[in-house]
Amino acid sequence: MNDLSQHGRLKSANLQSPVTPAIEARGLVKRFGELKAVDGIDLIVPRGMIFAILGPNGAGKTTLMRMLATLSQPDAGKATVMGHDLLEAPHEVRASIAMTGQFASLDEDLTGRENLVMLARLWGFRGRAARARADDLLAAFDLSDAANRQVKKYSGGMRRRLDIAASLIITPGVLFLDEPTTGLDPKARKDVWKMIRGLAESGVTILLTTQYLEEADQLAARIAVIDHGHKIAEGTSRELKAATGSGFLQVSIVDQAQLEDAAAILERRLGQSVQRSTEGAELSVLGGTAKEANEALAELIASGIELSDFSMGQPSLDEVFFALTGQPVTDETGKETAA
Amino acid sequence: MNGTSSTRLLQRVERPAPPSALSNALVFGWRAVLKFKHVPEQLFDLVMTPIMFTLLFTFVFGGALAGSPREYLQFFLPGILVQTVVFNSVYSGMGLSTDLDKGLFDRFRSLPIWRLAPFAGLMVGDMLRHLIAGSIILAIGLILGYRPEAGVVGVVAAFLLLLAIGFGIGWIFMVLGLLIRTPMTVMTIGFTAIFPLVFASNIMVDPATMPGWLRAFVDVNPVSLMTTALRGLMSGSATATEIALALVAPIALTLILAPVTLWLYVRSER
Repeated sequence: MNDLSQHGRLKSANLQSPVTPAIEARGLVKRFGELKAVDGIDLIVPRGMIFAILGPNGAGKTTLMRMLATLSQPDAGKATVMGHDLLEAPHEVRASIAMTGQFASLDEDLTGRENLVMLARLWGFRGRAARARADDLLAAFDLSDAANRQVKKYSGGMRRRLDIAASLIITPGVLFLDEPTTGLDPKARKDVWKMIRGLAESGVTILLTTQYLEEADQLAARIAVIDHGHKIAEGTSRELKAATGSGFLQVSIVDQAQLEDAAAILERRLGQSVQRSTEGAELSVLGGTAKEANEALAELIASGIELSDFSMGQPSLDEVFFALTGQPVTDETGKETAA
Repeated sequence: MNGTSSTRLLQRVERPAPPSALSNALVFGWRAVLKFKHVPEQLFDLVMTPIMFTLLFTFVFGGALAGSPREYLQFFLPGILVQTVVFNSVYSGMGLSTDLDKGLFDRFRSLPIWRLAPFAGLMVGDMLRHLIAGSIILAIGLILGYRPEAGVVGVVAAFLLLLAIGFGIGWIFMVLGLLIRTPMTVMTIGFTAIFPLVFASNIMVDPATMPGWLRAFVDVNPVSLMTTALRGLMSGSATATEIALALVAPIALTLILAPVTLWLYVRSER
């Protein structure tokens, strides 16, 4: 893969076999003393995809990502990143990735521009080319006005943008983003999402970790759900939702007097306890499969219970996670900012 | 910021030829210079203590110790230069600890660059700090009446020795910085270790009046050996043996701790 360091990424990417996934990991393990932070995870991330690793705090997301970015050595298992073996060719892996960690990896004393010029020079841009690259990135990330300000005076959103810009000095084959929007306000979060989508459109493979279900749902083509160092599920957002049933069936009854009859039918049909809304004659119940829900509705109608409305909601990823692990996914801080 | 402009940028970028290890190191050196530009206050930290020491010892104790402040200054100034370099080495350890703490080194570690380049850069910063602080102390000494008998040549030789000392001691703090993630702890441990070395030495007084057991320590204390050589260089009386003895500790520290630093860096992970 010598050409990777000599030519533009796009060219070298075309020369590589298109079938090699961006990331291919088998049985990765990382121990910290007694604790198995990552306990045998397999992962295949196709090129050009946004792939999310979803899990609560301490699930092993960051550890997994740090191993794939050569920052931490796996205790067992194998992986290739853009076709390069993690253990045998770490330098080549580093040449084809970029990583934006959870905490801004910038020099706070320097200006935004100086940070980017420094990194551009480390990648091999000289003098004027390094400055030009820095200025281009600053413009693309809407930071030109703050270019000559020290990073410690940046807002959280600006810092995050600069941090991601710093990962794009060279177009990476894989961009690792560790919780890219943690701690950002909703506006800054939407900006970062837009940017991530833009990058993916240009062909960059993106592996991101998140504890926000909404984020994985919004961005990622595939999601791996991780808990206690294990991968407990993987698929598209739709597949994950389908795997845990069809979410809540909600019905509104025209005649209040029939409410208890209706509740009894739903309970019998779906084997779940029915929740009654406080005002109005609305019932909701975990719906089982679409077929079961359909049959339950048919029986309600056959029994002469008139419905003013019914709906079958897709389960939220929250419900998915709950179904998979038996515990809610987000902690308080997650809920608060996940809006 | 928007997706389309990022996209445009990404498609234009050509990967340049991989830079040399030296070029990597120079970039980190440039970073150290920028730090001086943006945080000039650090110079104040670097020279305040030695200036206070110089004034205090020269004017308060100097007469009693050496007959007159001026005579004492002649004895003391080379010593305070050594003390300044030894104390200031603590700052590079703190800087490293801060970088690691903030995750900056994660970015460096995920770049395809020479593994030791960030440390080479820290060393360049250290050398600059030592040069600047040393020059300020020397200038104040000259104003107060210090005269190096060996002239410019002696002073240049003395500063080269100072840089060698700073380079050797710097590794201690690189290792501490890698081992300890809180900058303040690095400073506390550093000063705790350094204080006895600096004070139980011949920097401030001639050890002739010390009790025998202490004098035995002072005579082999690397800081004393460094001070003796530096005095010799600035007064023109240094022997090759004195200079060689002064260099033993810096060379030994480099040979032992540079590999340790690299090992800690490569294996360090959170």
